[in-house]
Amino acid sequence: MTDLIPVLSDEELREINAEIAHVPVPAAVAIDALKIVQAHRGWVSDESLQAIARHLEMSAEELEGVATFYNLIFRRPVGENVILLCNSISCWIKGCDKLQAKISAQLGIALGETTPDNRYTLLPVTCLGACDKAPVMMVGEELHENISEQGLGDVFGEDGG
Amino acid sequence: MSGALPVLDRPLTRNVRADRSPTDMAAYEANGGYRGLRAALAMSAADCLQVLKDSNLRGRGGAGFPTGMKWSFVPMGDACSPGHKYLICNADEMEPGTFKDRLLMECDPHQLVEGMICAAYTLQADVAYIFIRAEYHKATRLLQEAIDACKAKGYLGDNILGSGYNLEMHVHSSAGRYICGEETALISSLEGKRANPRAKPPFPQVSGLWGRPTIVNNVETLCNVHHIIERGADWFQSLGLTADAGTKLYGVSGRVKNPGCWELPMGTPVREIIEEYAGGMEEGYQLRGFLPGGGSTDFLTVEHLDLAMDYDTIGKAGSRMGTGTMIILDDKTCPVGFVKNLTEFFAQESCGFCTPCRDGLPWSAQVLDDIEHGRGLPEDMDTLQRQVAFIGAIGNTHCALAPGAMEPIQSALKYFREDFERHIDGGSCPYCDGGNS
Repeated sequence: MTDLIPVLSDEELREINAEIAHVPVPAAVAIDALKIVQAHRGWVSDESLQAIARHLEMSAEELEGVATFYNLIFRRPVGENVILLCNSISCWIKGCDKLQAKISAQLGIALGETTPDNRYTLLPVTCLGACDKAPVMMVGEELHENISEQGLGDVFGEDGG
Repeated sequence: MSGALPVLDRPLTRNVRADRSPTDMAAYEANGGYRGLRAALAMSAADCLQVLKDSNLRGRGGAGFPTGMKWSFVPMGDACSPGHKYLICNADEMEPGTFKDRLLMECDPHQLVEGMICAAYTLQADVAYIFIRAEYHKATRLLQEAIDACKAKGYLGDNILGSGYNLEMHVHSSAGRYICGEETALISSLEGKRANPRAKPPFPQVSGLWGRPTIVNNVETLCNVHHIIERGADWFQSLGLTADAGTKLYGVSGRVKNPGCWELPMGTPVREIIEEYAGGMEEGYQLRGFLPGGGSTDFLTVEHLDLAMDYDTIGKAGSRMGTGTMIILDDKTCPVGFVKNLTEFFAQESCGFCTPCRDGLPWSAQVLDDIEHGRGLPEDMDTLQRQVAFIGAIGNTHCALAPGAMEPIQSALKYFREDFERHIDGGSCPYCDGGNS
């Protein structure tokens, strides 16, 4: 296996190994490792998944089972900014369905899709824990509260980004 | 003193500022922070546990199990085989309609850390984890900063404040899955696996993370611990209006004038929370019902407004206090659409291990979708009732996700039956203009 070109960067390996330092077996950091690689590359490709599995001494199949279980591990490429639009009950009462239609029309993408310029991916997300400010969404790491249809222009720009 | 208003003692939110800016180590200590830690270290672990038991603190994550009793099943001293013991904070707040732990962690991260150190000392745990949902970036950063500040002060690490007690603490950011809030699923996830709940027994207190004794508690529960140790069980009992002790973070969301989250005496009446704190309904909307504590609790209605919000009272009314964060159903929102939204959430978030949950919940969601869109048949009502009986039965599944998912359905069939029938008889949603469907 040593003749394979390493896929994980030194920085990724350093961060993953720091996690491994305080668990009993390397496979215990599977989720952390997936998140570390995703933070560097935006998503987890097949090649990344295999490299992580090898480093954690587990099968790629087992790691795939973990990766696909969690909503926020992306096994397909996403845009530079992931929009997480809350569609749980308090946001639904306050009209998140209409908001989603508006965002989709403005950006020209349905749920699960990425804009052609690769700037935005639109995904639904479970209750964001800001129900008193419904409807809410996250763009990247930023939470947007009490979103109105008019306010969307401020977030994405009048031309839809 | 006649006419003077009682001063409300709000231990959990005393450091919460109006602008919600975080309280740092200096401000936290200036307001009495880490006195509880010193009080705990001056006592034996057994004495700390006794105070917790006497206080009648009950788990704030939703189940309301007595915290002291839960902890008493952890093997102590020579009864515990050599090796690690773990304390885990469940900060995976994802119950629909729940937004209280975010407030505690973003505004006063040191309170949670101090509560956890005192809890870990009581259990003689040597490793603690904060299992936090991925979307809580700000809280994750603030908690890590609080942990680092504690290490620098000698409140974490080896030989804490010269006591001989050692504790390390880590923040684990999750990757997004509701089922991680179930404590055995959380443990599976922390081990790097799919978050499938485990069969009990063995209970985590005996065999949890890596097969070692483990306690999992909610954020709000742990935030109470050092206050109780410092100020005593009697003080804590005196905070509540009913038999359930302490204060509670209550929340209201939906079409009310002032949605929000407030720390109030345990047992505050529902009406007071909705009408005084949440400001009552928005203009043009009437209250039809409410879920008392998150998406997996049974509806209550107008007739229940004068009940005390505590575990026993809400339980006797046929629901659960759950997380204490209410979701209001108004008269212009479709009850079928409301329940459909919740059921689709639970169907999506099922871990898929148990058949009644994996296959049953999507079936329920499909029946509700048919009714909502005017494709429902009269016999669908019986189908839903049968699903409630099968999927909702405790014991047909490993964990409580599926039974919890059935709670809003079964109570909607009870209180809003005529709405389901109007959809079926009329072949369309009678709310579709004013609602969200």
